[in-house]
Amino acid sequence: MTRIAEGSPMIALSAIRFTYDGRARTLFEGLSLEIPAGSITAILGPNGAGKSTLLHLILGMLKPRSGIVRLDGRPRHTYSRRALGRLVGMVAQTESIPFSFTVTDYVLLGRAPYLSPLGVPGLEDVRVAEEALARLGIEAMARRAIDTLSGGEQQLVVLARALAQQPRILLLDEPTAHLDLGNKGRVLRLVQEMVADGITAVFTTHEPDLVAAIADYVVLMRGGQTLAVGKMADVFTSQNLSQTYGVPVTVAQVAGRRIAIA
Amino acid sequence: MLWGLGVLLLLSIALSLFIGRYPSPYWMPPQLLVEDTLAQRLVVNLRMPRILVAMLLGMSLAGAGTVMQMIFHNPLVEPGFLGVSQGASFGAALGIVALNASGLGIQAAAGCFGCLGLILSYSLATRIRYGGWTLRLVLAGIAVSALFSAGVGMLKYFADPLTQLPELVFWMLGALWGVTWREALTILPVTLLALAGLVLARWRLNILALDDATALSLGSAPARERLALLVASVAATAAVVSVAGVVSWVGLIVPHLARRLLGADAQVALPGALLLGGTFAIVCDTIARSALPGEIPLGILTSLIGAFAFGVLMMAQPRLAAQAR
Repeated sequence: MTRIAEGSPMIALSAIRFTYDGRARTLFEGLSLEIPAGSITAILGPNGAGKSTLLHLILGMLKPRSGIVRLDGRPRHTYSRRALGRLVGMVAQTESIPFSFTVTDYVLLGRAPYLSPLGVPGLEDVRVAEEALARLGIEAMARRAIDTLSGGEQQLVVLARALAQQPRILLLDEPTAHLDLGNKGRVLRLVQEMVADGITAVFTTHEPDLVAAIADYVVLMRGGQTLAVGKMADVFTSQNLSQTYGVPVTVAQVAGRRIAIA
Repeated sequence: MLWGLGVLLLLSIALSLFIGRYPSPYWMPPQLLVEDTLAQRLVVNLRMPRILVAMLLGMSLAGAGTVMQMIFHNPLVEPGFLGVSQGASFGAALGIVALNASGLGIQAAAGCFGCLGLILSYSLATRIRYGGWTLRLVLAGIAVSALFSAGVGMLKYFADPLTQLPELVFWMLGALWGVTWREALTILPVTLLALAGLVLARWRLNILALDDATALSLGSAPARERLALLVASVAATAAVVSVAGVVSWVGLIVPHLARRLLGADAQVALPGALLLGGTFAIVCDTIARSALPGEIPLGILTSLIGAFAFGVLMMAQPRLAAQAR
């Protein structure tokens, strides 16, 4: 089962085969998956399931041995790098920022796909960056050095950078892994808002509750296999999650939202 | 701020023209330029090319240091430590001892082996099966530098003690004595071209300081673009090292000073590092040629003055950069 919903998919992987260099085990063998436009799709699975690898295949960081990745109906490799930069944004799991950039300097980097390789950002770019900061409610941090911020604040700044990039697809690798409850809520709300504005979001996580909170669609993965793909309500079941994690998992309803209890 | 550094550079150039040991130690009255033909020749044929080379030296080392620190995500990298300086020294030694080469030949050999040093360090680092990327780079740089300094030692041992050895030792001390317009004009095209490339790509450098996935998602080709900037940096470094020998610390300290004064954004910090590096090298070289009756090796002064300036600036309260855009 690969098709999640009707309509043309924003991201389509067909017959993907992938092996890491120097490793015997083939991670993906004939993986096919379609992700609908304007939705939030969660890739859920235990550590080592291949979630981040899948994101990196969509981004183009990793190249499949065979098979095709299509973005908005066109094969990935037919886009120029800059066009891809305007199409796909990425929020990595841990983004190391080795120098003390100010928040504004860093968020401005999101404008790179709109500039020539030797270009420098202009007033319009600064405006977009400031708007992104304002939208996350962190404009007060604009002049601060990034390495003086807490981990949660840094993650918000990384999201602001992705927002300034104005992509149509946003990939998030474990976006809330190091966040407290308050910042987790803020990040999730922002992703929901961005999707309401028309972008397509795909995130990986190993926390089932995050999926239940915001995902429209769910891809359950284990050991490079997709176990179940579909609408959250259909896929997020005790039986599926038990199979995914290899331990008994009970899905319960609390305050109108599903939670998973292992 | 950037303008201030530019003015500082011009000021150091102007003052340096009148500082020296003619007609008497330290200061030459400007009117002598009109009256005294020896003073004219001295300024035009000796001081001017030397100041130009000092400026290119400082700019190249500081620019290359900034680029390397950013693309290797490591603030402890300097252009020499990845095998470039020791490689260039070995090349120069090879040129002097084995090939009996002249100025241009020595320069070419130093340039080639400087690049080779970096390539060896980089490819060794990708093959080391120990530690993170930063540690592997450090280890690879140390190993390759050690290899080349062993080679330099061996060439010194075999060198003719009356002709070749003094030339090699003078070269290795890192100094600009004997620099004329010929040397200045030989390295001018390479360094100018490389520095222009770095300045043009100054904002892009920020993207290349991010990790691969993020840099890629922002529409760049991280591997290819880093390589291009690395080649420009190494070319400039190798060119100036071939003329000046190993001048330490400029490439490590000046990028830090620039970031401290101007902030981390390379759009401002890189040009700032170039201006600061140029000024710093001119000041040090002016002291080197005028403080004592004999020359003081430039490398000693850059370390001495650099270490003090570094300490003072790092202890001072950080002032966040006024956005200079």
